[in-house]
Amino acid sequence: MEFLFNLISGVSLGSIYAIIALGYTMVYGIAKMLNFAHGDVIMVGAYICFFATMRFGMPPLAGVLLSMAVCTLLGIIIERMAYKPLRQAPALAVLITAIGMSYFLQNAAQLLWTSSPKVFQSVVGTINGQTGIALFDGALSISYVTIVTIIVCVIIMVSLVTFVNKTKTGKAMRAVSEDKGAAQLMGINVNTTISLTFAIGSALAAIAGVLLCSAYPTLVPTTGAMPGIKAFTAAVFGGIGSIPGALIGGILLGIIEIFAKAYISTQLSDAIVFAVLIVVLLVKPTGLLGKKVSEKV
Amino acid sequence: MNLKTMNKTTRSNMVTYLMVIIAFVIVQALVSSGSISSSLKGQLVPICAYIVMAVSLNLTVGVLGELSLGHAGFMSVGAFSGVVAAICFGQTIENSVAVLILAMLVGGCAAAVVGVLVGVPVLRLSGDYLAIVTLAFGEIIKGIANNLYVGMDANGLHFCMIKNTLEMTDGTMLINGPMGLTGIPRIATFAMGFALIMVCLFVIFNLVNSKSGRAIMALRDNKIAAQSVGINVTNYKLMAFVISAAMAGMAGVLFAANFSTVVASKFDINTSILVLVFVVLGGLGNMRGSIIAATVLTVLPEVLREFSEYRMLVYAIVLIVMMLATNNPTLKNAIGSFTGKFSRNAEKGEKANG
Repeated sequence: MEFLFNLISGVSLGSIYAIIALGYTMVYGIAKMLNFAHGDVIMVGAYICFFATMRFGMPPLAGVLLSMAVCTLLGIIIERMAYKPLRQAPALAVLITAIGMSYFLQNAAQLLWTSSPKVFQSVVGTINGQTGIALFDGALSISYVTIVTIIVCVIIMVSLVTFVNKTKTGKAMRAVSEDKGAAQLMGINVNTTISLTFAIGSALAAIAGVLLCSAYPTLVPTTGAMPGIKAFTAAVFGGIGSIPGALIGGILLGIIEIFAKAYISTQLSDAIVFAVLIVVLLVKPTGLLGKKVSEKV
Repeated sequence: MNLKTMNKTTRSNMVTYLMVIIAFVIVQALVSSGSISSSLKGQLVPICAYIVMAVSLNLTVGVLGELSLGHAGFMSVGAFSGVVAAICFGQTIENSVAVLILAMLVGGCAAAVVGVLVGVPVLRLSGDYLAIVTLAFGEIIKGIANNLYVGMDANGLHFCMIKNTLEMTDGTMLINGPMGLTGIPRIATFAMGFALIMVCLFVIFNLVNSKSGRAIMALRDNKIAAQSVGINVTNYKLMAFVISAAMAGMAGVLFAANFSTVVASKFDINTSILVLVFVVLGGLGNMRGSIIAATVLTVLPEVLREFSEYRMLVYAIVLIVMMLATNNPTLKNAIGSFTGKFSRNAEKGEKANG
């Protein structure tokens, strides 16, 4: 039972990582850059939802939608202000700018909302006063948050894959990620497409932030940093640029983390997660589902 | 032509050495005349440590052109191994300068060994992947250091991980898990910090101007072209990376020996990024810039204490603006024409005066 419980917790945590990882992987696929600030967009999303539901008494769903809207806007603003001027710049410059953006968001949050932890109340309500369901005569109890997280992750994955593969906009996104110049010649607005990718990624980050804080209720300005880095690890793990890769990477990483916590050591779990990343990258430098691109001279 | 550029480099290096020496003499004079505040005096050794960190990271980021986000990890390795060494040597050697030098050597070697262990596999990757792996590595070091227990008694050193299972009757704990290093002999002095900066500058300047240094810079500028003329990518990358790691380790020893306790979480990603900010602001590949940036950005928060909560926010904005200003063609041209006008005006002024 303990094994099953850990497995379900792992999949649930992994689903959150997968949703965050989608933001990283889509942006990387299309703009070939690491959006380091993505983890902090999660934090902003969680704060918006916290204030909307706790302070202004909005219903949870409205809070989530509001935080998605704010994060979408934030994502587009970040892209336009910081990343768009650096389209032609070397990768190192863009990465450092993204790190700067991440620092900016964290410190702005600290000034706006102080560093004292906020207790986030789960957006998933209770049914008959219960916070979860008990199976096998109470030997295995699963909280509703866990179930909702997994379901939301599946819904997002399916709709995103459909969107990217079946719609015209999705086709444009794939075209831009393959060859920007050629896509432009075909009449695709590259800048709009990149902005759209950031918007989708940021909206997903807001959902991830709310789910993350529903499961782990302490909210501080650095809440997003660690999950952000781990989700990025998940994206790299699964092969950055690949949407199914983000799902597989995220869920595997979540399971590894929970199992490391349960069976090896709580304090060393982060170190173990990162060690796995390094090993995977050494064996398969492009991640599990990544495509190897040979360099043109 | 070649001679002329060589002379220029040598002259520029001399200016840097001279700048450090003059700064050291002035600060020493201020300290001995007692006109420096005690909080600033406490910052002198950390400033030296940060300068060494910045200069060494500049070797990786500026000269080699690979972004490392785990530089504080090497500092951590150096600090932990160096302090344990310092305590051991301290029992037999009286002279604290000799102890510190030995501790720095141990710390530097330990960081270099870890640098090789990390570098050999990791340097096969490049760009974003390398950055993220160095970041992961820094977190791993922090995780291990946070769970390391080292004690010393009459029988020697004892190690254990995760839980404190050392059963010592009359020993002292040197590294106490999340509590970090305790009972560090505070042997670091400003003069030693100065000496370390000079040694590191000497090593880096000579490396950069050597055949190896040119090979490393060739790799940065165009890896494929460098490879095609027979430059061994892994060897030269590893060389720069390991030298950089060893210097960070020494800086870690210097930093730790200035405090009586140091926790492992001091050397986290924030420290790595702080040092990266020094390097970027000072200019990639420009050692003098790194030194100035590290000094100013460490002293500034002390001076502007009332604005300290805005400090990190300002850092972030400065980092973004710097990157946009130096890499965006439109902005770059605007700044170029502005400074162009400025220097032309200055020239005119000079002519008028002359």
